[in-house]
Parts: sequence; C-alpha cells; structure tokens
Amino acid sequence: MFPTPIEKRSRAARITYQSLLPLALILWLLPLIAVMVFSIRPFSDFTQGNYWGVPSSFEFFTNYGMVFFESDMPRYLLNSVFITVPTVIGAVALSCMTGFALGIYRFRGNLLIFFMFIAGNFVPFQILMVPVRDLTVDMGLYDTKLGLILFHVAFQTGFCTLFMRNFIRALPYELIEAARVEGVAEWRIFWFVVLPLMRPAIAALSVLIFTFIWNDYFWAIVLTQGPDAQPVTAGITSFNSQFVAQYHLMSAGSIVAAIPPVAIFFLMQRHFIAGLTLGAVK
Amino acid sequence: MSSSTTPALPMHEIRAEATWLQRNKMIVTPLLFLLPGMLFFAVYVIFPIFQSFGISLYRWDGLGEATYIGLANYEELLTDRNFEISLVNNVKWLVLYLLAIPLGLFIALFLNQTVVGIRLYKSLFFFPFVLSQVVVGLVFSWFYLPREGLLNTIIMGLGFDSLNILGDPTLATYGIIAAGLWPQTAYCMILYLTGLNAVDPEQVEAGRLDGAKGWKMLWYVILPQLKPATFIAFVVTIIGALRSFDLISIMTNGGPFGSTRVLSFYMFERALSEFGFRMGYGSAIAVVLFLIMLVFIGYFLWQMWRDERDARRG
Amino acid sequence: MRSIFKTGAAALAATTMLAGAAHADAHAALSGTLRIVSDMSNPGPRATMEMLAAEFDEMHPDLEVDLTIVDREAWKTQIRNVLSADPPDVVNWYAANRMGPYVNAGLFMDITDWWDAGDYAGLESVRGALTQDGRQWGVPYTYYQWGVYYREDIFNELGLSEPATWEEELANCQVIVDSGRACYTIGTRFLWTAGGWFDYLNMRTNGFDFHMELARGEVPWTDDRVRQTFANWRQLIDMGGFIADHQNYSWQEALPFMINGEATAYLMGNFAVDQLRNGGLTDDQLDFYQFPIITEGLPQGEDAPTDTFHVASGAQNVEAARAFLAYVTSPEVQTRINGPDNLGQLPVNANSSVADDEFLQQGFAMLSQNAQGGIAQFFDRDWPAEMASIGMEGLQEFMVFPDNLDDILERLEAARQRIY
Repeated sequence: MFPTPIEKRSRAARITYQSLLPLALILWLLPLIAVMVFSIRPFSDFTQGNYWGVPSSFEFFTNYGMVFFESDMPRYLLNSVFITVPTVIGAVALSCMTGFALGIYRFRGNLLIFFMFIAGNFVPFQILMVPVRDLTVDMGLYDTKLGLILFHVAFQTGFCTLFMRNFIRALPYELIEAARVEGVAEWRIFWFVVLPLMRPAIAALSVLIFTFIWNDYFWAIVLTQGPDAQPVTAGITSFNSQFVAQYHLMSAGSIVAAIPPVAIFFLMQRHFIAGLTLGAVK
Repeated sequence: MSSSTTPALPMHEIRAEATWLQRNKMIVTPLLFLLPGMLFFAVYVIFPIFQSFGISLYRWDGLGEATYIGLANYEELLTDRNFEISLVNNVKWLVLYLLAIPLGLFIALFLNQTVVGIRLYKSLFFFPFVLSQVVVGLVFSWFYLPREGLLNTIIMGLGFDSLNILGDPTLATYGIIAAGLWPQTAYCMILYLTGLNAVDPEQVEAGRLDGAKGWKMLWYVILPQLKPATFIAFVVTIIGALRSFDLISIMTNGGPFGSTRVLSFYMFERALSEFGFRMGYGSAIAVVLFLIMLVFIGYFLWQMWRDERDARRG
Repeated sequence: MRSIFKTGAAALAATTMLAGAAHADAHAALSGTLRIVSDMSNPGPRATMEMLAAEFDEMHPDLEVDLTIVDREAWKTQIRNVLSADPPDVVNWYAANRMGPYVNAGLFMDITDWWDAGDYAGLESVRGALTQDGRQWGVPYTYYQWGVYYREDIFNELGLSEPATWEEELANCQVIVDSGRACYTIGTRFLWTAGGWFDYLNMRTNGFDFHMELARGEVPWTDDRVRQTFANWRQLIDMGGFIADHQNYSWQEALPFMINGEATAYLMGNFAVDQLRNGGLTDDQLDFYQFPIITEGLPQGEDAPTDTFHVASGAQNVEAARAFLAYVTSPEVQTRINGPDNLGQLPVNANSSVADDEFLQQGFAMLSQNAQGGIAQFFDRDWPAEMASIGMEGLQEFMVFPDNLDDILERLEAARQRIY
C-alpha cells in the first residue's frame, strides 16, 4: 500500500493525520458550507450586513418552505424527473443491445462502429447545437420534455455503448459458446444469458447517467424555455430572478436543486464509483 | 445450428430460409441489435456534425433562406476580437484545468489510508463532482462576492484588500476555472483512489527493499502503475475543459466586458443572440472548437486502438 | 404546487371579477387557448400580469389563458428562439428600434389594421413608437420616466438640495463622498443601466438632436462632442461618485446600497420606486429630481421607455390576441394596471388617469412640461440592437476603466461603420 499506512507511523503522525482530516474536509467544502449557512439565515441578516456572524434566527423551514410552496421550483424538479428517468431507461436499453452486438460478435466494421460511438461521445455540444435544435423544432418538439429526452438518449448511447461493450467483453465468453452449442437462439442468449450478467453494469450506468442528465444545463436552455418543460438546472435561473439579491432564498433553492443527484450518489455509492472508474484500472 | 423443422411448411422453403439465416446469422443478429442505437446516434450526433460543417458556409438566420457565402464566416473569425479572446481563454482553460490531475492525485494519496471513517471522508471529498455545474457556479459566485462573500471576509480578515474576482477582467477567467477545478479534482481523485487500490503490494515492497521512499517511490513505482487512471483523468479533464459552458454562463455570462468568453460560450451567444441568429457564424466557431477537440479525440482513439490490439494479441 | 398557484390565481380573479365583468359580454365568443409569454418577472409586475391573465380568462368562459412568465433578463436572449421555434400568441417586448430585429425577421404580426379599425382609441400619441416601415407591430401598455431617485433624509442631513446644474451636482456629490457615501448606486452586470447614464449625460451635454444623430449612426463615436460627454461622466467616476464593483450587480442587487444609506441616489426608471418602498424606505425618505442641466440653453430631453405587447406572426389564436391587446390598452385597465398597487408607472391611454402618487405625478408633469428637447426611448431601444449591445459593453468598461476610453471609442466606431 502506498503511501505508508498511517498505523505504521509514529503516534504523533497518527494524531496529526487524524486532526488534519476534518480540517482539510472543511476547507474543501468551504464554499458549499457557506451556501448552507446562507440558506438558514433570515433576510434581515443580509440587510444588516451580518453575513458571517451567528445567524440571528434559524429560518430553515421558512426559507425552504418558500422554495417549495411559493415558487415554480417543484414544477422544475418534476420536469427534471420526467426528463431524467425516461432518458436513463432509453439509453441503458439501447446500449445493452449495442454493447451486446459489439462485444460478442466479430464482424467487419465492428471496431469502426465502436470507435464512432466513442468519438461521438467526445464531441463538443456546440457542433450539434444548430442542427439538433432545427430537427427538434421541425418535429414540433421544441420546448417539450420529449424533445430533450430523445436527444439525451441518442447522445448518451455513445458513452453507454463504450461502457457496456467493455463490460460484456470481460464476461466469460465460454458461457455464450456453450449456449450456442445447445442451440439457443441468439436473442435468447442476449435475454437469458448475457442480460442477467449485466445487472451490475446496468445499475452502475443508470446511476451515472441519472446524474449526467439531471445536471445538464446547455441542452435545457437550447431546447426548452419556461416552466412547462425546463428542468431544474435551467429553472434555477428564473427562480433566482424571482428572488433576486435574496441570498437566503437563492441558496436554499440551489441546495434543493442539487439534492436529488447527491442523494442518489450517497445511496448508490458503490455502483456510482464502479461506473465512473471502469477502465481506469485494467 | 440444429435444424428445427416446423412441419406446417413445405420442406424446401424451410431449408432455404434456414440456410440463409444460418449463413448470415452472425451478421444479421448484431446488425439488428445495433440498429436502434445506431439510428438514434446517427440522427442526433453523426449527421449533425456534418450538417454543422455545411451550415458554417452559409449566412443563415435560422428562419429564412440560407445564402451560400463560402469561407466568409471563417474570414470574419480572423478579424473578430471576441473570437481571439475566446480562443486565448480556451487555452487557459486547457492548461489550468489539467491541474485537476496532480491535485486529484495529491488528495487521493492523502486519503488512501484505513483509519476509522475514511470511507465517509472519501465520499464527502468526492461529492462536489455530483453537483450540477449550475450549482457549482452559483456556489462559487456567492463565495467570491466582493462584500458578502466568504472568500473576501477571510482575505480581509487576514489584512489584505478585498478582491472582486468575477468583476475584474484579469481575474474572472481564473476564478471560473478555479470553480471548475473543484468538481474536476474530485473526479480525478476518485480515479486515483481506485487506481491506488489496485497497486501491486509486492512491487511496493520490492521498491522499499531497494530503498525507494517518498517521491522516488511515487515516481518510479506507483505512477507507472497508475497509468490507466492518469489516461482516463487526462481524457475527462480535456473534454471538461473544452466543454466549459455552464460555469461561464452562470457566473459571468461572458463578462465583464466579454473577457471570460470561451469558444463554446461565444458560439452560443452568436448563434442564438437577441440581435439576430447567426447560425452560420456560430457553426463556424463550433467547427473550430470541434477541430481542436478532434486533435485530442484522435489521440484518445489511437491509444484505445493500441489497447484493443494488445488485448487481442494477449 | 401547481394547484396552489392555481388557487392563488383563482382567488385573485375572484376579487377582480367585478372590474372585468363589464367587458365580459362583449367578447364572450372567444374560445381555445391564448398563450401569453410575459417578461414581467419582478414581483410587482408579475402580480399585475397574473391578474390581467386571470381577469381575461374570467371574462371569456370558453377561453383558457395560458400565461408563462419568464425572467426579464433571460427573455432578451430567449425571445427570438421562442418566436421562431414555438410561437405563442402574445409576447412582451419593447418599443422603437428594439422591435427592429423581430419586425425584419417577420416574427411580429403586422397589426396596422387593428390600429386603423379603432381598437386603440386614446393611444394616438404613442402610435409612432410602435411604427416601423409605416406599419404598426404592437401596442404599448406602460411607460415611465427616468430620473434621479434620492434619499431625501440624507440630503437634509447633509444640508443639500436638489441640484439643477452640473456644478451643483458635482458640489453635492463632493459633500456626499466626503460623508463616506457614494453619490450613486448602479448595477451594470446586465449593461443597460450604464446606457441610462450615457443617455442623460449625452442629451444634457450635446442635446437631444445630437443624441438621436448618434443613435442613427450619423456621427462617429470618436467625435469630440462624444468625448465631452465621457469627460463629464468621468468627473463623477473619478471623485468616487459611483459604488464600487457595480459590474457584479444587477440593478436590483444595487438597490440595498441606497436602502441602507451607503449611496444616496439612483438614476433609474420609475419601476425602482416599488422596490425601494419594499426595501423599507418611506416616502419621507425618498424623492425625485430631473437630471440636472449641463450645457446651458439646451432643451431637456428625457428617457421614457415604453413597454409593449406584440402578437407573434405564428400566433394560433389571433382573435383572442386581438381582444387581449384591446383589453390591456383600454382606459380603465390602463389606469388600474399602472396604479401604485400594480406597475406604478404611467398609462399609455390618454383617457386614463395618472395615479395619485408623488413620483408618478412628478414624472408625468416632467414629461409633459419639461421635456421640450424630446422623448427618447432608451439607449438599448434607440440604437440598432447590435450596436446597442456592443455599445453598452463599452459603457460598462468605461465606468470601470475610464482610461480605456480611446480604445473603447475606436471599437464602437468600427462597429458603427460595420452595422449601419
């Protein structure tokens, strides 16, 4: 193990390390802690210039109540859910299939198609912006959740295919050969042999894609406007203009907007990190 | 394949069908499996890239007729001061964003211990990555506020003059990059933490026996084993740097006086501006950005291709 | 949560039903959905717009009014996208040159026929601001004076009176600065606030006619007269007249400086009054004066921007849109929505009455008696849109780095030669 485990060092080093840890963490999360403190302050603290002193009262419920009951925030949050969940399902489903095709079969062009998916996944969004916006408008899907979902599914398929294909590659190939010898049809191999083995990959990928899509901002402002379809990342800017210069409310709003992906991360941490680091350690 | 016959059909037909399928099964099946994904990907990603190249040769407001103007959009780019500013800022982003890799490694080394509660520490160090860039942008713009912000409260507490980071054109871009480094460092950290887990203990021991310690050990024994992690960290950091849009849009909206624009933001501004959509000009900017990215994409693909080839041999 | 909004709107509708009932029978035949996208996102205007939509919805039982309120600053970049991709029926925008890009792109509907048919009796005097190429492209619903809103109590404390000339202004400002305050608060993050300062300084230095020549691109930005305007501006900047770090703030974020007394005045439109009052300032603490005279003998020009409604050329429910436009411009509605409980601005209909409010009355008197130079819309509406955007960026830069003036003016001049 590197660096040398701290238990093998001197007692002084251990104590230093143990006390350094929380300090470092506070320093690391300082900007976020600042926002959290803002979000429980009363408005009067800001008008009186008491930004960093002890809050004069604890207004957690008032401030967050405003976010949930006096603004469009809940609508934006729901929009985000209705955009994110179908996208995750769609992209994972498509990439299970593409990953299976590219991971199991050897045919000419296999690697070429695979690399096309990877390359497409790296392109800057701006090169797609004008045509995708046009396409969405032409299909009558501008400012709809469906318009966003379709694009996200398509784009995420690139990354998901990379992920799934590599995962399937690592599965024991003998299983598939054995099934073929038994005379199992190819689609049944996919459904009954490969898919069950892919469960960890599906879980990891779903968690990952969920946060990617939830956090998207660029496409949200290109393809939607207004509270009917916009997800919370775009909605937060309207929220902020409604409560302009009221830092206690804007802070509370941002925290609410950030909670779902954070919750997903803490609940499904193992899958998340497995997904993120795939390929980093081979 | 075993010929499973269905008595209801005449014999010769089945044989023809079975042989055709049999002959082509290993091609038809993957093709069918690929079809939906490829269709989506082609329509929304592959074709649009070429379309953008095409649009960049036109003057077009997104509504009426597009006029073919050849390379005029690109010629205009050469004399466009805002384009120049954006390009320079992109370079700053590319170079400084790479700091996320050593920083991530540093934190990973710091946290790679087994004391009580270290798992929670690792998660808490990592979780800025899960926040949306919009939230990161807001958090940092409040952090930087010249009067209310915590940063200036600290700076002034230490006896220095307050800094208006986002209001000063010489500092604003660095302020935004610093905000971007926060989640990006967390990402690199987790990559390295996973990598460190897989470091071969025998080699570390062997290194220790050879008298390697500290920096030497890190450089000659550990880092070579972390190469895959470093590669991925490099890939995601470069992509992240060239995609920087959200933070700029949220934190400064390109200002003050347009000093924080980068290509991705400037393209958006031009293409969808209040004062007339310039789809062609915007596309030309996007093409430049794409070509820069293509250099890196080419490099990544080449690396991956080498890995694939080695894997096949092995 | 949507249901809560709905209940709120319904309650609002109920209270105002009496007022709307008079119109109800006349247009009962309208049906379908009327989609309105409004940029009235500040709290006061937002409530007014929601009230208007609810009332109109109430008046027409078969018609559903679908109101979307979007952030006022964001709307400036969204409007084109919305009009071209997914046109609603009615949208908010601004008069004069600011309409230009949308008229030229064919995104606003030509409603000359409705004007000619007498839909807008009482609006004859403002017809010009909605005219381009001899046709009309929308209707106004409000306008407001600009001027200096100041802390009367601080002026009294320092023994100052309202300045009438530039010398008095500078003398006042020196006293204010010496007392540890800034003379003016301003937030230039969204640029246009600096446009207001330039408008007034240029109109007072060189006159309204010169100002309009510059707007039409007939005078180079490097002209010495323009430089004189900036020289005057610089006097205030150099003496510390403006709050620091204003490039970080929106105009609303700059309000607290005035509310808590760190700055004594604000050059702003009358819509600021509502927010200053909400911030806790009483009418005893607040007052208003016309921007002082700089060059003796020049008739004063004033900024009085007009905000508008337009029908999208892709509108689905044109009949309902027409009825809505007639409704918002009618004398009774104009009086009400511009009253101090709502927008707190000036009605556009000559048959409406100006609310009994200190600031509205002063503004109305100023615009009708003391603006012989002429009435300008505003920097970002009088200049062609693209020039305005580049210009305001330069004005903001000047306020932070006055030494960059030569470079800025050359840039603006290059833009002028390209754009006009």
